[in-house]
Amino acid sequence: MRATEPSILRTESLSKRFGGYSAVTELDLAVRKGTIHAVIGPNGAGKTTLFNLVTGVLAPTTGRILVGGVEVAGSRPDRIARLGVVRTFQGVRLFPSMTALENVQVGRFCRTRGGLLAALARIPGRDSATEKSTLQRAEELLAMVGLEARRHSFAGELPLADQRRLEIARALATDPQLLLLDEPVAGMNPVEVLQAGELFKSLRDAGIAILLTEHHMSLVMAISDHVTVMNYGRKIAEGTPDEVRRDPQVLTAYLGSEAAT
Amino acid sequence: MLDPFVESILIFSGINVVLALSLYLPVSAGLLSLGQGGFMAIGAYTSGYMTSVMEWPFALALACGGLAAGIVGLLVGIPSLRIKGVYLIIMTLGFGEITRVFFLNFEPTGAASGMGGIPVHTTLPIVVVAVVLSLLLCFQIRGSRYGRALEAVREDELAAEVIGINLLRVKVSIFGLGAFLAGIGGGLYAHYATFIDPGQFAFQRSAEIFIMVVLGGMGNFTGAALGALVVTILPEVLRIGGMQEWRMTFFGVLLVIIMIVRPWGLIGVRR
Repeated sequence: MRATEPSILRTESLSKRFGGYSAVTELDLAVRKGTIHAVIGPNGAGKTTLFNLVTGVLAPTTGRILVGGVEVAGSRPDRIARLGVVRTFQGVRLFPSMTALENVQVGRFCRTRGGLLAALARIPGRDSATEKSTLQRAEELLAMVGLEARRHSFAGELPLADQRRLEIARALATDPQLLLLDEPVAGMNPVEVLQAGELFKSLRDAGIAILLTEHHMSLVMAISDHVTVMNYGRKIAEGTPDEVRRDPQVLTAYLGSEAAT
Repeated sequence: MLDPFVESILIFSGINVVLALSLYLPVSAGLLSLGQGGFMAIGAYTSGYMTSVMEWPFALALACGGLAAGIVGLLVGIPSLRIKGVYLIIMTLGFGEITRVFFLNFEPTGAASGMGGIPVHTTLPIVVVAVVLSLLLCFQIRGSRYGRALEAVREDELAAEVIGINLLRVKVSIFGLGAFLAGIGGGLYAHYATFIDPGQFAFQRSAEIFIMVVLGGMGNFTGAALGALVVTILPEVLRIGGMQEWRMTFFGVLLVIIMIVRPWGLIGVRR
């Protein structure tokens, strides 16, 4: 592997077993800074389990997970988020009865301070400096994903594509270094997929590494710098999109004859 | 001067508003409790003992009662990280019973025969101040950084956690704050009733507080406050007229009707 740049995320022989079933087996993965790294594989290949392990939702059975060199295997999700690793979910998980703006503002929580005493010291109508910057940053992020017009809509009432965009904006509000996107364009129409691809590339160009899983192959091949292919919890191939596309094991295991054309 | 009967209803209404808000706070983070009566008992006994036996000033005793309940609340809140929904309700219910049985056997505060001779300190102006401060507390929390985190935890715990919200800190702190307020409510109650015994803080009291919040609307603190007023005043209004023995039946029927017509509460957002 061409580890010329230091990696933001590294897993070493990472395994997760559920009883007798091994969802992820001996996985070594390295996500370099400022790249888009795709993890592909058939359903049940262990992609979502990998995401759950990296973000602390599940604790690994064995193996190491390093975020910027810090061991995080078994850490709580909020600690991992503060280290700069934040995710979105395959089935969108917003705060449905909060507005779009509030959803993004909550994302600033881990980068701001002020508990109960700060709340009590609030002067209605005059936001503190922290609150002002939270609001400003949230509005910038909403504009960035194209939702500024819907800022006061309840998140649960937005169309699916907008909900996915909002979830990304909320994740970005935490100032991540690595963004994990779990099937971010599922259920989007072709135009929305293109827009999403442009957004991901602009995030990478802004210095945020992205690890994504996706079944939408043309998007994966178009935007990814690096692709890891998983099957039955194991890594079966790795490389640039072109290398992976030509790998015979990948063709048989996953892509089928269609990708050969 | 105010009619003593009316004044007593107003004082009880105010105390109940404080108690309803004590439940609203944890509910705003999705933590349902059927044990607020237990926290109320801790506040009532602690402050009552301090004023009647140790002869401390009322304000100090009241604050200590609230703090004692709040500290116990922090401890009881810790399991809420793993215990959710109906199981949390059962756990808090168990806590309320444990507290009741504790005071039933605790000799220094009179055990089963109760604790009498608590001086009267709770007057209408003091209750009004307590209500205003409690409402202000809820108002200040809503819309703050902390308040948004509470709301996020209520809406989706996992999503809140993966964007960097420490669930333990948020849940335990709001549970403790609610318990503190319940303790204050208990202290106010003790210094109005002058006599307290464990039975007054039994399951029925916790259930009553629960009803206030559900009736008023769980999504908004003004709902909880209104629910407290309705639950306190409505049975007294029904007393007027010749239907004395049926009034609680009427009250029950009215509650059922309100919950059918407005399942989301008197004030609150339809979710």
